[in-house]
Amino acid sequence: MTEAPTPHETGQEPEPQPLGFAARFHVWQRAGGIAVPLLTTVFAFFMGGLVVLAVSHKNPLETYREIFNGSGLNWFGSFCSSSGTATSIPCVATTNLQQTLIQFTVLALTGLAVAFAFRCGMFNIGGQGQYIVGTLAAVWLGTSLSGLPPAIHVLLCIVGAALAGALWAGIAGFLKAAVGAHEVITTIMLNYIAVWTASYLISGPLQDPASENAAPISKQIDAGAQLPVIWDQDLNGGIHLPQGLHMGVFIALGALVLYWVVLNRTTLGYAVRAVGFNPEAARYGGISVSRNYFLAMAISGAFAGLAGSMDILGWQFRLDLTSVSSTGYSQIAFIGIAVALLGRNTAGGVFLAAMLFAALKTGTSTRNLDPTVFKPELANNLTQLIQGLVVLFVGADVLILYLWTKGKKLRLPTRKGSPV
Amino acid sequence: MADEVVLELRGITKRFPGVVANDHVDLDLKRGEVHALLGENGAGKSTLMNVLYGLYRHDEGEIVLNGKPTSFSSAKDAIRAGIGMVHQHFMLIPVMTAAENIVLGNEPTEGHVLLDYREARKEVDEISRTFGFFIEPDRLIQDMTVGQQQRVEIVKALYRRADILILDEPTAVLTPQEAMELFGILNSLKVEFMSIIFISHKLNEVLEIADRITVLRRGKNVGTVPREGATEPELARMMVGRDVVLRVEKGEAKPAETLLDVADLHASDDRGVAKVRGASFQVRAGEIVGIAGVDGNGQTELIDCITGLRHPESGSITVAGKPLPANASPRQVLDAGLGHVPEDRHRRGLVLDFTLAENLVLHDFEKEPNSKRGWLFPEGIVRRARGLLRQFDVRGGGAQTRAAALSGGNQQKVVLAREIGRDPRVLLAAQPTRGLDVGAIEFVHRRLVEERDKGRAILLISLELDEILSLSDRILVIYEGEIVGEYPPTVTEETLGIAMTGGTVPGEAAA
Repeated sequence: MTEAPTPHETGQEPEPQPLGFAARFHVWQRAGGIAVPLLTTVFAFFMGGLVVLAVSHKNPLETYREIFNGSGLNWFGSFCSSSGTATSIPCVATTNLQQTLIQFTVLALTGLAVAFAFRCGMFNIGGQGQYIVGTLAAVWLGTSLSGLPPAIHVLLCIVGAALAGALWAGIAGFLKAAVGAHEVITTIMLNYIAVWTASYLISGPLQDPASENAAPISKQIDAGAQLPVIWDQDLNGGIHLPQGLHMGVFIALGALVLYWVVLNRTTLGYAVRAVGFNPEAARYGGISVSRNYFLAMAISGAFAGLAGSMDILGWQFRLDLTSVSSTGYSQIAFIGIAVALLGRNTAGGVFLAAMLFAALKTGTSTRNLDPTVFKPELANNLTQLIQGLVVLFVGADVLILYLWTKGKKLRLPTRKGSPV
Repeated sequence: MADEVVLELRGITKRFPGVVANDHVDLDLKRGEVHALLGENGAGKSTLMNVLYGLYRHDEGEIVLNGKPTSFSSAKDAIRAGIGMVHQHFMLIPVMTAAENIVLGNEPTEGHVLLDYREARKEVDEISRTFGFFIEPDRLIQDMTVGQQQRVEIVKALYRRADILILDEPTAVLTPQEAMELFGILNSLKVEFMSIIFISHKLNEVLEIADRITVLRRGKNVGTVPREGATEPELARMMVGRDVVLRVEKGEAKPAETLLDVADLHASDDRGVAKVRGASFQVRAGEIVGIAGVDGNGQTELIDCITGLRHPESGSITVAGKPLPANASPRQVLDAGLGHVPEDRHRRGLVLDFTLAENLVLHDFEKEPNSKRGWLFPEGIVRRARGLLRQFDVRGGGAQTRAAALSGGNQQKVVLAREIGRDPRVLLAAQPTRGLDVGAIEFVHRRLVEERDKGRAILLISLELDEILSLSDRILVIYEGEIVGEYPPTVTEETLGIAMTGGTVPGEAAA
């Protein structure tokens, strides 16, 4: 028998192989945490570029540059120098940037709504319904309660909308906690209930009878309930362009910070993450799993409700039937899913992803794209195309990660299972 | 014929980025021998076998099969060359019969189209009778015990004309009785000149079944020894690289007041089947009480009831003098002074995506000084974690390392650190060394004895008879949800084995 003891052996050292593997995996995952979403985005844009090439026979890079300029992000390099309108009022780049930031506000909030539920291991697909009840609450509170001091009125509308969203999502959370009903099913059903409830309210109790609008529309909210505009362009003679950037962007930034703080610095966030990672271990640790399912869902809904109030109090001021219908143009909360997926459910990631989608949405919106660059009716579809590709690739990336980790463990049996 | 070498591995080296998993390993397998491959978790046993089975490409060295250098690029090649492998986790289709599973991928056909099921059954029956497997070809896999399923896997390899059989930790999933039956089968395979590579980290079973033993440590072959003359301490030293205390050194127990009192407990599993049926016992301060039993006799449900993870139907549980309410939550049980090292540290004991520091406060994150009025204090949590990790000799990562990055032994130390760190009066240790290597087992055992001597009441529930025998001051046997006997630690394994399966031995009945 030959034993070859190595001199430096002191007690039991960590076994080299699992440690090496696990450590490598850790590094890979951390690197992948940044690299994978970036690659996903690049790939989505690449595929989108192929579509541009096929449809318009133009250089996709040109199109993308136009989209970039259309998003107003070119405002940062040189102040108002795009397309030779440096001195003209209104400045196009400024208007575009304001639009992008208005979109960012809502996308960041709906993104957080999806992300928070994800962190507790749930897929909140009902952001749209929670967004709608948020808009309803904002319209209702904004058109009633007249005579309050403006600051208090706005605040009440915001809080009311967040609570309405929380209540709506809380129903799904409660059902999951109480009887184990799957949140994907219940939140989708609640979306429809929200849409039809809103349709009824807008064509009934909340409708503005004096409006000459073809579709039913609510009354406009009080001036005191509107979010102050913080950045708009003063045309000569004191005339302001409509839809300047409202204060909501700070609320969205505040929500991003709040999201991080709640998850990482509070016992609630600890419990939510523990349940999200491993509900069985959380239960063993003395954490009530069902309570956290309910709370996480309600907080998730509060973010979506807040998003709804931003649109109403910031620039829409009223709600019309087409914007709530399930086939209507406002599907903003669904883009929130893409934002959360691409942002990996982190505050920083959601910030960047919301900015990306907001820029894309504004940049491709028909009024910003020159018809000679890209057919206007296809411009909007490009947003949806890229959004869809991102969701697809992020989904595929999760799948690849899943297979990669499982594959390591299951390699032997799966290979072995192959017939002789 | 007996000394004919059928397989030779020469200087096999397999590198993974940053790690040499196999470092110039030599191994030869003779016809008709059982060759044990012994080593700790991560020593490179599985990697070596995966190279042999064509799942990994080796970087250096050669495989010589029946005198001819060979190389396999897939498991298919290996199977064709007569190598069969039975993995720890079986690849069988539960809703199909044994015969269907065995012929899967290699079905006898009628006119190249229809499955000739009669022929399949006949062949399976023949193999099964030759080697004494007692497999019913028409039985569904899902209706079989784990031991029977394993036999189906072995027959499957034989059906594919394997003459070299690799068994990866085959006894890990078996009861002691089933393991004995497996050894019987292996002996009958030997008689038919089958060559068997038997991967294990259990010393006693290697000494029982192997003809020769090769020990791997950190990817290197540290020696091949014949069974004759090999001893457990010697093999343990080869495996770990230093002397290992196999028997736990412990003094006399000084039991004091009763800290855990379970009385007439009844509970059912998730499907409503009665699993715990009137279990009653006490554990006193300063003693280790071991509960032995065959898997599935109510241990899991008993553990879950004591820890508040399952509500008993009737009966009472008293922890440190405080009776627990019938619907006690895990929180209430923790606060009553119970620590719990769970059976499955991945499913329950750890949040693998949390850092070690976060895992260490899993029970107490809502208490001061970890948090106050809902605010966490991560700096303090990390600082206290560092102390605990040092105290429990956790290696391979610091307070901010994710738990998933640690080896099994170190993960278990983290669980121990958390449970013991809370200073519980009663410590429930369920399968505390499952899947651990010799060095880590030694640490856990020593620590449990130390905690006993500090006056904690320790309830040890384990499927490993060795562990029960070497740690316990009193041994209880659970059978079909009842405590059927109490024995002193001097009891023989045979007596326990009989009690565990519901029998009694005259003269050695319950004390």
